Amino acid sequence: MALIAFGIIATALLLAAALVVTTKNLVHAVLWLAATLIATAALYVTLQAPFIAGIQVLLYTGGVITLMLFGVMLTRRHERVLVENDSNPKRRPLALATSLGLFALLAYAILQTPDLPRSPSGKMTTTADIGRSFLGEHLLAFEVLSVLLLAAMIGAIVLARRYDQGAEPRSVVRKKTA
Amino acid sequence: MTPLAYILLLAAALFCTGVYAVLTRTNAIGLLLGVELMANAVNINFVAFSSYAGGHAGQVFAVFAIALTVAEVVVGLSLVILLYRAHKGIRVDEARALSH
Repeated sequence: MALIAFGIIATALLLAAALVVTTKNLVHAVLWLAATLIATAALYVTLQAPFIAGIQVLLYTGGVITLMLFGVMLTRRHERVLVENDSNPKRRPLALATSLGLFALLAYAILQTPDLPRSPSGKMTTTADIGRSFLGEHLLAFEVLSVLLLAAMIGAIVLARRYDQGAEPRSVVRKKTA
Repeated sequence: MTPLAYILLLAAALFCTGVYAVLTRTNAIGLLLGVELMANAVNINFVAFSSYAGGHAGQVFAVFAIALTVAEVVVGLSLVILLYRAHKGIRVDEARALSH
């Protein structure tokens, strides 16, 4: 039963991922990524990780996909619906060989590993467990992560902000150093 | 129940799909999509190991990894917008520098 569910989810996941990397329209590629992420959330549910599944849907499919779509819309020149998402045909054979080779290597390593567990432990990790872990054992990492998010936010604002032509920021810097 | 090896193989296939995207795409946002696929594959591994080994450390790590990926996407997209402003396009093989 679990194996059938896994088969359906895995098929959907790999199909959507293949469409992310092959589709010509960039907006469609982003939407197929959303499908991939939702299928991953379904996989997390079968792996007894309800909190991660919720985070996945909220943060990834809700946040990241919206952000990506805004990125696509903000960076196109044409008023066409189709946003081109070409892949370089010259690079395709080598890239295919590289990724297939990497997969073969990883698959070999996985299949050669002895004593991989065949069934889950059955213990459900609740949100309360994760919360206690965040505010106990992993408190320092948790706080460092919040500083990192702040740094990423400031960095994104500084990078993407449009400077007015009248108020050139460099002249301000020059005055200060002079 | 599903053996752990199947889930690891699925994650490996997803990761290699992401590698293929990063190697072939000429569009900066297409590259970011490939990076997202790879990060997603890694998260699947974290959660799978956590679920099969019994502890919840793997899931805590997955939450950290998700937050890091989101931060990476934010900075990556602002770089894409910067690239667009400097070159009027987001084709990475045409862009050699972020400034003019």
